[in-house]
Amino acid sequence: MAQVLSPLPGTFYEKPSPEAEPFKTAGDQVAVGDVVGLIEVMKTFIEVKSEIAGTFTRYEAADACPVSAGQILAQVES
Amino acid sequence: MAIAKLFIANRGEIAVRIIHAAQKLGITTIQAYSEADADMMAVRMADASVCIGPAPAKDSYLNIEKVVAAAKDAEADAVHPGYGFLAESPDFARAVVDAGMIFVGPSADTIERMGDKVSARQAAQAAGVPVVPGSKDRIESVDDAARIAAEVGYPVMVKAAAGGGGRGIRIANTEEELRTLAPQAQAEATAAFGDGGLYVERSIQSPRHIEVQIVGDGSRAVHFFERECSLQRRRQKVWEEAGAECLDDATRDHLCQTAVALAEAVNYCGAGTLEYLYDDKTKEFFFIEMNTRIQVEHPVTEMITGYDLVQEMLLVCGGAPLSMSQSDIKKTGHAIEVRLNAEDPFMQFLPFPGTVERLQIPEGAGIRFDHFMYEGYQIPPFYDSLIGKLIVHGTDRADAIAKIAAALNDLEIGGLKTTAPLHQALAADAEVASGNFHTQWLEPWLAAGNLTPENL
Repeated sequence: MAQVLSPLPGTFYEKPSPEAEPFKTAGDQVAVGDVVGLIEVMKTFIEVKSEIAGTFTRYEAADACPVSAGQILAQVES
Repeated sequence: MAIAKLFIANRGEIAVRIIHAAQKLGITTIQAYSEADADMMAVRMADASVCIGPAPAKDSYLNIEKVVAAAKDAEADAVHPGYGFLAESPDFARAVVDAGMIFVGPSADTIERMGDKVSARQAAQAAGVPVVPGSKDRIESVDDAARIAAEVGYPVMVKAAAGGGGRGIRIANTEEELRTLAPQAQAEATAAFGDGGLYVERSIQSPRHIEVQIVGDGSRAVHFFERECSLQRRRQKVWEEAGAECLDDATRDHLCQTAVALAEAVNYCGAGTLEYLYDDKTKEFFFIEMNTRIQVEHPVTEMITGYDLVQEMLLVCGGAPLSMSQSDIKKTGHAIEVRLNAEDPFMQFLPFPGTVERLQIPEGAGIRFDHFMYEGYQIPPFYDSLIGKLIVHGTDRADAIAKIAAALNDLEIGGLKTTAPLHQALAADAEVASGNFHTQWLEPWLAAGNLTPENL
């Protein structure tokens, strides 16, 4: 099991927009560079990209909630 | 009724600024804060403070019910909205007044009227303020478009009347181009909006951004001269000046007098700013919008006129008539403000919310630093990246540029990346020194690689 960590403090989003589906759901394949979430930091949205390849397991951080830098956002089975 | 107990419905540097002004007037202060802002400087300075909700602004600083309830519970008699958040929300202004408190700004009706592009344009025209010349109504045919374009003068911008989001916009330099482009714009408008109606207005190429500061007491208004804020990145001002050296005296007088006329025509109460595009070549200015609040860059105006605009707002909104007449307001020298953002200017201005490890603030005559930092302060990632504003007052523009360069050298904000290197590069730039810039100048300058760690 490997983790996707938040590169910055801010607000984490699992979806590209409130109405959209999450970037990944359990069982999805994850490639290196795949976007798995967004971090809103100081009114700027930054894509969180996976540095690992594998199978998406689950989000660890709640959607639209504050996260700190280095916090675990998601689990990926590598 | 003068304000005795003020609730500050904002955060960051402007909350600190408002508390300073209130304290000088002997007003008790109550500071609102979100769960992420419990240790911010304004909370430490205020007489009392109230948590209004979780970190996300929509659950705290943007939540009208929570803010009004907190102000009411704290027995405040007035609410200052600062800038951003709810400052230009007519619903908020109305809710504050309905709860029996003073809103430190114009009436909800005035905010509503000036916040709507069409009604603001009408109010401006009625007061004799020039607006961008264009068609009064929608245009249905290419011949009509050509007739209007001949009246307003080329180049013209052709837009979808039903438009938005930049779709259907074309710029035509000649009638021949217009006759080619207008049908395209019409087709695109029909496809996008199901409405082929067009709108034609003069295209102002490479305009400067000029604005006039006004304060009104509900019947009389005065101006505090103009500012130039042409150095912008992504439509955000980064460097602001008072006054605007590109204007001649006759143009300046006309600009400021029509601004006062508009403020009086709408019975303006509080501080406000009229924003204009200015065309250097034709010396024409065109009203674009009015901001019905105190602005980030108000300190440059305070530097050249000696007035405290936030105190003036609190006085007139407390019911006092303006304490000065127009002839009392004089200006001396030139002032520059630079916005310091917690961003890395060498990394596409990526936000950098960190901890302020060391803070050294430049001091001296004609230097001012408006901010909300202290050593050990963790800048929260949830809000704007503005962390401070460095302001200088010089005897003239060249002196002000030299002063801002020196003050930037003496400023140290350890532990963060800030936009200070951008301002150092701008202060050393020959075109900035000559004043030869406009609103479309800074982004190409950055794209051309004028800001690198090596050339500082």
